[in-house]
Amino acid sequence: MTRAGQGRYLEGVSTAVITTDGLTKRFPRVTALDQLTVEVRPGVVGLVGSNGAGKSTLIKILLGLAPATSGRGEVLGLDIATRGSEIRERVGYMPEHDCLPPDVSATEFVVHMARMAGLPATAARERTADTLRHVGLYEERYRPMGGYSTGMKQRVKLAQALVHDPKLVLLDEPTNGLDPAGRDEMLALIRRVHSDFGISVLVTTHLLGELERTCDHLVVIDGGKLLRSSSTASFTEATAVLAVEVTDFPDDHGREPGAIGSEPGTAVRERLAAAGVEAQPEGSHLLLVRLADESTYDTIRDTVAGLGLGLVRLEQRRHRVAELFTDDQDSRGGTDDVAAS
Amino acid sequence: MSLPPETRPADTGVIHDIGYRGYTGPRLGRAYATRSLFTQSLRAAYGLGRSGKSKVLPFLVLGVVTVPAMIFVAVAIAMKREELPVEYPGYLSSLSLVVSVFLASQAPVLLSRDLRYQTVPLYFSRPITRTDYVRAKFAAMVCAQLLLMAAPLLVLYAGALLGGMDFSHNTGQFLYGLAAAVLYAVVPTSVALVIAATTPRRGFGVAAIMGYLAVSAAVATVAVGISNPSTSGSDTAQWTSLISPTDLVESLVNELFELGNGLDRRHAPGGLGLAVFALVAVAMVVGSYRLLLSRYKKV
Repeated sequence: MTRAGQGRYLEGVSTAVITTDGLTKRFPRVTALDQLTVEVRPGVVGLVGSNGAGKSTLIKILLGLAPATSGRGEVLGLDIATRGSEIRERVGYMPEHDCLPPDVSATEFVVHMARMAGLPATAARERTADTLRHVGLYEERYRPMGGYSTGMKQRVKLAQALVHDPKLVLLDEPTNGLDPAGRDEMLALIRRVHSDFGISVLVTTHLLGELERTCDHLVVIDGGKLLRSSSTASFTEATAVLAVEVTDFPDDHGREPGAIGSEPGTAVRERLAAAGVEAQPEGSHLLLVRLADESTYDTIRDTVAGLGLGLVRLEQRRHRVAELFTDDQDSRGGTDDVAAS
Repeated sequence: MSLPPETRPADTGVIHDIGYRGYTGPRLGRAYATRSLFTQSLRAAYGLGRSGKSKVLPFLVLGVVTVPAMIFVAVAIAMKREELPVEYPGYLSSLSLVVSVFLASQAPVLLSRDLRYQTVPLYFSRPITRTDYVRAKFAAMVCAQLLLMAAPLLVLYAGALLGGMDFSHNTGQFLYGLAAAVLYAVVPTSVALVIAATTPRRGFGVAAIMGYLAVSAAVATVAVGISNPSTSGSDTAQWTSLISPTDLVESLVNELFELGNGLDRRHAPGGLGLAVFALVAVAMVVGSYRLLLSRYKKV
């Protein structure tokens, strides 16, 4: 975080940016939010849930656009039921859907949106030029937005949410429709919104993997209920695993490839189990061992050495958040994972 | 994040990356934002701030309503007449079809576009409320219509004064004309906005508004025409004006200011008629406003 960003961050909100207390929203047929009590602190916070989990409803209520059936909430210390207009002046919102008129240029549109947030005309123009530059739109900002690529449109949508320098932005599925490269750029940009601009971010997604790299904290909701709210680190630390690969038994050469790895693997697994360490095979060559503490490394080393095998690989793996929600996490852990050494 | 070097403005040497700067200036709040939306919508009604193509129709219509006024003035002055060849409110009613074209084409510009491109939720995530949005759009369309009709009236008035015609008569008539313009700008506009708010498709909006205004006006006119009006005849057919916003206004204005002549003069029939016509006009405006508010409650 830059010094300026840090200053703004500290001066801004040192306590929670969003708090809800027993927030409930009932529609005639469904309950969209069910007694949701959650606290969101400054930083980049991921709001995770499947489609229909209540993410969009929560955002609407936080913006003061729809009344809650019961319960209460505060955004930036302002009551959502009574001070919606003030909240919306200090909060930026990037919707999930398209919202850009095609026959208007990005500059014209963002200037208008800045004025709609209460910025005087001159300030609106200056802030628009600054913000569009920060999200990475240059010469094309004077062209009608109808000709923009999806990536450019997402940037304009982000710019209009940031143009009035809010204290908090609510980003609804900002990576929707982007290719992998575009997604990485958008995630890096979101990270910068907090680290360089000092603006807190609440970002929703149903793709869990991408949040892990971006967010400090994750709030998981399902069916309008809070499943879990904790730091991203605690999500992944709790399930840190070690990938272990050992050499074959010296006399096993010449056997079928499929059978080769399983024999020593099984032996190691049995020994580890005897030593009280849980291990699961992955594929034919790898064992995934749950990392309890530092002594787990020693146990593995001693076990492998005791069997007279060579240790080919011993590395730490971080689980993707997605796997936290499945019971058989160890067996399918990290097939496309990047090893964190 | 970075663009190809050739499109980056860094080589101009004037743009330096000075990092992110916050905004500490004033935030002018809801009322200012509503005014900004009003201004932007009023400009949009004339195609300003939009593509060149979208300026064609509004300014064409503005020309069509203003040029005849210039011709009338020129003719009156050249022939050294004591009076303009046309009444101010009468001028407006004879051009009501052209004004309707403007209304039908631009009301969807103000409302349908925001629905179609889903800009409405963005507005509601800003300080303004749903009511502010409806008010700003309503006021913008009324003012756009008012400007359109005030322009030719001003031409007539200025021409009359320059031509040395009677000042008090012309001023009185000009004010009648402005009052009529206000009614024309409010009553048909409110109905048109309701129609425009029902569809995100601009084309449907244009067709529906034009269809309603033109057909209802035609029915009312034909009904009065075939009722074989005579000096002693009944006024029953005049009641058909109630279905047409433009005819309703024309009848009201004629009766209020005792204007118009000829057997097919449109007017509210009698004292009862005047009261009913006025009530219906008010009901159209208030009802439309209410409908618009409830329309945007669910967006």
